[in-house]
Amino acid sequence: MGFLDPVKGFGVTFGMMFKKVATEKYPEVKKVTAPRYHGRHQLNRHPDGLEKCVGCELCAWACPADAIFVEGGNNTDEERYSPGERYGADYQINYLRCIGCGLCIEACPTRSLTMTNEYELANDNRQVLIFTKEDLLAPLLPGMEAPPHPMRLGETEQDYYVNGPELAKRAQEEAK
Amino acid sequence: MTVAPEKNELVVPEGHVKLVIDGIEVVAPKGELLIRTAERMGITIPRFCDHPLLDPAGACRQCLVEVEMGGRPMPKPQASCTITVADGMVVKTQVTSPVADKAQQGVMELLLINHPLDCPICDKGGECPLQNQALAHGRTDSRFVDRKRTFAKPIPISTQVLLDRERCVLCQRCTRFSAQIAGDPFIELLERGAQQQIGIAEEKPFQSYFSGNTIQICPVGALTSAAYRFRSRPFDLVSTPGVCEHCSSGCAERTDWRRGKVMRKLAANDPEVNEEWICDKGRFAFRYTGAADRVLRPMVRDKATGELKQASWTEALQVAAEALTKARGSAGVLTGGRLTLEDAYAYSKFARVALGTNDIDFRARPHSREEQEFLASTVVGTTPETGVTFTGIEAAPTVLCVAFEPEEEAPIVFLRLRKAARKGRTKVFHIGQWTSPAVEKTFGTLLATPPGGEAAAVDALSSHAPDVTEGLGKPGSVILVGERAAQVPGLFSALLRLSEQTGARIAWIPRRAGERGAVEVGALPTLLPGGRLVADAAARAEVEQAWGLEPGSLPDVPGRDTNGIIEAAANGELRALVVGGVDPYDLPDPQLALKALRTADFVLSLELRHSAVTEFADVVLPIAPSVEKAGTFLNWEGRRREFGTTLDGTGALPDCRVLDTLAVEMDADLFTQTPTAAAGDLARLGTTSTARAAAPTVESRQQSLPQSDGQALLATWRQLLDNGSLQEEEPHLAGTARRVVARLSEHTAEVLGVDKAETVRVSTDRGSVTVPFEYADLPDGVVWLPGNSGDVRVRRELGALHGSPVNVHPGGTE
Ligand code: SF4
Ligand code: SF4
Ligand code: SF4
Ligand code: FES
Repeated sequence: MGFLDPVKGFGVTFGMMFKKVATEKYPEVKKVTAPRYHGRHQLNRHPDGLEKCVGCELCAWACPADAIFVEGGNNTDEERYSPGERYGADYQINYLRCIGCGLCIEACPTRSLTMTNEYELANDNRQVLIFTKEDLLAPLLPGMEAPPHPMRLGETEQDYYVNGPELAKRAQEEAK
Repeated sequence: MTVAPEKNELVVPEGHVKLVIDGIEVVAPKGELLIRTAERMGITIPRFCDHPLLDPAGACRQCLVEVEMGGRPMPKPQASCTITVADGMVVKTQVTSPVADKAQQGVMELLLINHPLDCPICDKGGECPLQNQALAHGRTDSRFVDRKRTFAKPIPISTQVLLDRERCVLCQRCTRFSAQIAGDPFIELLERGAQQQIGIAEEKPFQSYFSGNTIQICPVGALTSAAYRFRSRPFDLVSTPGVCEHCSSGCAERTDWRRGKVMRKLAANDPEVNEEWICDKGRFAFRYTGAADRVLRPMVRDKATGELKQASWTEALQVAAEALTKARGSAGVLTGGRLTLEDAYAYSKFARVALGTNDIDFRARPHSREEQEFLASTVVGTTPETGVTFTGIEAAPTVLCVAFEPEEEAPIVFLRLRKAARKGRTKVFHIGQWTSPAVEKTFGTLLATPPGGEAAAVDALSSHAPDVTEGLGKPGSVILVGERAAQVPGLFSALLRLSEQTGARIAWIPRRAGERGAVEVGALPTLLPGGRLVADAAARAEVEQAWGLEPGSLPDVPGRDTNGIIEAAANGELRALVVGGVDPYDLPDPQLALKALRTADFVLSLELRHSAVTEFADVVLPIAPSVEKAGTFLNWEGRRREFGTTLDGTGALPDCRVLDTLAVEMDADLFTQTPTAAAGDLARLGTTSTARAAAPTVESRQQSLPQSDGQALLATWRQLLDNGSLQEEEPHLAGTARRVVARLSEHTAEVLGVDKAETVRVSTDRGSVTVPFEYADLPDGVVWLPGNSGDVRVRRELGALHGSPVNVHPGGTE
């Protein structure tokens, strides 16, 4: 046993001081994910605030973990949530089940369902991990109006799908 | 010795032909459609318009195949759903023929040109023949780039059926169903060419009791129901086979449910009973089980406050058992007509064993002693093997409907009648009051009588209408009689005489699903289970032995019928009443019934929902609706219609279980803990050879028309869609009910002075109803009212029966 042996170990410690630190300062500093990270879902809106979800359940059908529950509803002229006849009346994603695979957002025919980069999906209460429509709906941006309200961007849902963004832009310019 | 060549020559039986399909030799009965022969071989040819129960139309051209006759190929592919098999035919389907395959792909491409891309929002998505066949037999890409033909999105054909014309492939299944099967052309093909579309038939009210079937057979999502619209997808539904709980036809159904809630009901295929159809009541009326007033917990009336309050099962059963034990021998049991066989059996046994009485009756409607005798002598014990059946009706040369409105009371019987009559084999006669839609649609002949005069009319048949008696004399003819007959004295006796004279068999077709079964298990004052007579010591001994009772312990005096029980309770002779699902307003005298409930010391109500009985009940015990329990209905044929539990684990208990536990509290054993146990206990009784009841012999009476001014005779029966409590919570269904009108002849209207008015006011000393009226071919001096539709609740408002005299005045005047 050499006489330097007792301090030899400190060499490793000392050496580490000059290496890059792997520890994250989470939650003080939040990590920025890759742009296509599969985080919490979001139900998007049309530019006037109407919901894009048509309640078709294709996302629920595609989900391999059976994490999604959808029930459709009937839009009426008095109470309209989405352009067209049908909207998602009840929408739930169970984050206790979701494996973040993203098959649901591929199935969505209206691009209503997308995923955000939000990854803080832990809780000590199972109940709150079942996200409902209120939790999942995209926030109202300027120019958007909370449904129910009539179609502002055209006569039929066709107008929304074909010229939606364009019409919205024009409406915004006119407002200016 | 020569050896026979080892070749399997197909033998062609008489009336069959031999042909080749896709290189396989096959024998088929003459006249069979090619598409069906192929299907039997397991070769599925794509199709839209073809339906085995509808006449071939050849409308969609999806089923094209190559056909060769006598070695010469036909110039173009042929529609296999319209062409019948022939000897020596050589057929190539899409499986072996590129020509047929290309033709089918071409047709599919044309169909898809104008079909919208609605699948995500379409109710049919996931179970759509067009989706499936487009995947199997269509091109992967569309070459069509122009604008699709568009129509305004769904137009309501009725409050229940919505039509999306963009999705329609013009297969004409719906129009053919309406015209051929239901006979209500409420939906028709309009316009021609590219603008051809399905629409509402002109000049006809848009209502049919069978409209839901068009939704089920539409091969695309063009027809959808307002009630099921957007509720779920086929993949989140669990399908359970079931039996309809509404009428006595006993239709096979498929119940689709999701997360403990029934989403829809569909017709199941049962060729012996409902074929592939059900009526709209059976299809759409199921949400009553989720009504807000459903009784979910037992309730006991608080002695101090007089209010009903929730209680535990233990407490409620104890209170009930104590009161009923005290009233033993002085309690009556009313069971209503909607119980399963097992539940009715439990009531029957409960009355005899626990209450020691024969005062039990299932008839929550006008009834008579004569009817009781008829049921005991002629109806009990009949089975499909021994009695009249649906197929028997279809094969009958002559059918006589007496006091029976098939379309309103047993719609599937009506469909069979129409099917038989439409083929021209069966002649249908109706003894009734006016040419109702059912008479017209069964191509029937009406023999009109004043209400109450049916019995005399039956007696006079051989002299006045010899063609009817002659027709009934042909083997296989049948007489169908409905619940209304109980209101016509002498009618059952007259029919039995007619049956004897002509040889035609009689079938009793009650309106409610549980009535036939209740007869079988002895929920009647004179009958024990299996048609055994209460008055017969040998029969009693049989039952005592099977039930493990002391000899002589069964009560031996025939009990009171519903009227008797009500009367006895009203004047204090009976101290307790056990009421299972009876609406007092269905009874012949609702006022007396309410008085009986009020007077009785103790009323036990076994109910699904709060009812008029709840108000008077001392103990209310909740019971399970038919989707939440297993059981058996006996349909009018006497056919067992067994069904399992659809919604499991709701905690709701069937009547038989509740009664069993109650009986245990009263120191009696019923052995009906579960429907299976009850069925087993009933089966142990077996059949009997003890004496049967004697047939009724009641003189028929000539009905005389009222003489005094402003009076008429009331004819009345209930309509299929009305105020019935099982149809509540169904606004879309209610919208398809028939208009609530009174009917009378023009002459009567003139005599009564109502011809200038818009409404009539029909009254008795009990009350009055005011309704719009229509002219119909009623006998003079007769007015017809629906039994329980809208504001016209004949029993409740008028306290009148079929054949009672009523006052008729122009609406609004006294
Ligand atoms: S990400 Fe995958 S597991 Fe999660 S809800 Fe979507 S399909 Fe289901
Ligand atoms: S999110 Fe998309 S896929 Fe899911 S129900 Fe709504 S529209 Fe359909
Ligand atoms: S509505 Fe349906 S059933 Fe009727 S013709 Fe069109 S596709 Fe056929
Ligand atoms: S199925 Fe043969 S033409 Fe439609």
